[in-house]
Amino acid sequence: MAEPTTFTTQASGNGTTHAFIELRGVYKRFGSQEVLRGINLTLQHGETLCVIGPSGEGKTVMMKHIIGLIKPERGEVYVDGVHVNRLKEREMAPVRKKVSMLFQGAALFDNLTVEQNVAFPLLEHGVRDRAEIDRRVREALQAVDLDEHRNKYPTALSGGMRKRTGIARAIIDHSECILYDEPNSGLDPIGSDVIDQMILRMQRRYNITSIIVTHDMRSVFKIANRVAMLYRGEIRFLGTPTELRESTDQIVQDFINGRSDITG
Amino acid sequence: MDFSSGLLTLPGRTFLHFLVYLGQLTALMHELLIAFRSGVWRLKLVAQQIVAIGYGSQAVVIVTGAFTGAVFTFQSYAKFKDFGFETTVGAVVSVALCRELGPVLAGLMVAGRVGAAMAADIGTMKVTEQVDALRVMGVHPVDFLVLPRFLAMMISMPFLVAESISFGLFASYLVTSFGYDMPAAWYLTHMLDHTNMEDLSIGMIKGFVFGMVITLISCHQGLSAENGAVGVGLGTTRAVVISSLVLLIVNFFLSILLNYVFPIGTV
Repeated sequence: MAEPTTFTTQASGNGTTHAFIELRGVYKRFGSQEVLRGINLTLQHGETLCVIGPSGEGKTVMMKHIIGLIKPERGEVYVDGVHVNRLKEREMAPVRKKVSMLFQGAALFDNLTVEQNVAFPLLEHGVRDRAEIDRRVREALQAVDLDEHRNKYPTALSGGMRKRTGIARAIIDHSECILYDEPNSGLDPIGSDVIDQMILRMQRRYNITSIIVTHDMRSVFKIANRVAMLYRGEIRFLGTPTELRESTDQIVQDFINGRSDITG
Repeated sequence: MDFSSGLLTLPGRTFLHFLVYLGQLTALMHELLIAFRSGVWRLKLVAQQIVAIGYGSQAVVIVTGAFTGAVFTFQSYAKFKDFGFETTVGAVVSVALCRELGPVLAGLMVAGRVGAAMAADIGTMKVTEQVDALRVMGVHPVDFLVLPRFLAMMISMPFLVAESISFGLFASYLVTSFGYDMPAAWYLTHMLDHTNMEDLSIGMIKGFVFGMVITLISCHQGLSAENGAVGVGLGTTRAVVISSLVLLIVNFFLSILLNYVFPIGTV
């Protein structure tokens, strides 16, 4: 088995900044399929990392490791210094208060309205003051331009509106980091741009650390500080969007230019 | 060769799958116990589930109980009359409904109606990542999805069983009184003389246990669902089939156990 290559992204130049998210030699296999093969990745506070790569290469699996939805077979995952894969499900709450996630299908609760979906994390984390809940829900919905749709049920929303509701739910409890699983998938170019602007706004307004799994190269060049490309279970490329564009790696170039021989 | 070796290993594999399944149910029970002991019971959700399970199952349980009582009386009356024991029909039907037919048939109906709904609801949430969304928000799925259903079933099932028994007895009374012109006093006297609190207790206890069995199996199927709509459908079918079979097996052993505690025919 090949030794994993280490890639580190740094927010500041001195290299001593405390890493917010760190993956060390993470391996994961589902049945006979080896999905992650020694992933090493470090992410600092306030960074926006886009994760790209062909479908089925383990991008979402890698992201789910960070929030403890999946445990690695080997390797370690740290969030703000906490060794995540040593924690039991019931011990994960403090980590999940810092990191939230926007699922690909938004994963809104069908039986709750937009407002109730967004208020859900507050209620579950023990906030009981009705005025406080109303204020924070209004703030979160205004941040994603959905205030006027607060009483609608998820089935009455468009794909983009569902994702924006998911973002509002992710930011309401002041998470320090948001993981976005294909936030642009299934959206038209305008809807996709709205989501991108939203992510940028969250980053600027709240200095949120973001990891975005996406296939949309236009989004990558618009929002990323750094880009990681996952290929055959390993990180093939890690660098800035400019470095990505200038990469001499044929596989990277094939992917970003949409040439189909990458999977060959 | 592969086929024959597959046949040879089949019993072993089946047994291993069974052990794995038992292990998963035990783990779920353990999580349920932790959730219960945490004291965060989400009473609003429990109330919603009582409405869905208890109130929503009224018609099913009443119709099942009533027609079982009626048909049992109709069939047994003719045979008892051959021996001149027709006045004891009330007693026999009553004891049978309280100890066996009431709880078992109510349990089977609830397994079909509520068990399927639990597996489908939770299964759909699982495959659409809503269960993962709960986890991401720091909410344990067992605390939020299983415990309220479990508590609601434990509260609702004894009442549903009582209802099933009551309507069964009422239907039995109507059949004997209006179908066979038996004086009401005979029916009621024999029924009340031979039915005691122990018989009723057995029905209630069985209902309580069946409620736990159905919830545990159905919620487990929901939480284990994968592969989209097909997986949810499969989980729902399994929930009903496994709940019903386990309920019948548990009933047998529970009957033996409870017969030691509340012996039949001592009055």
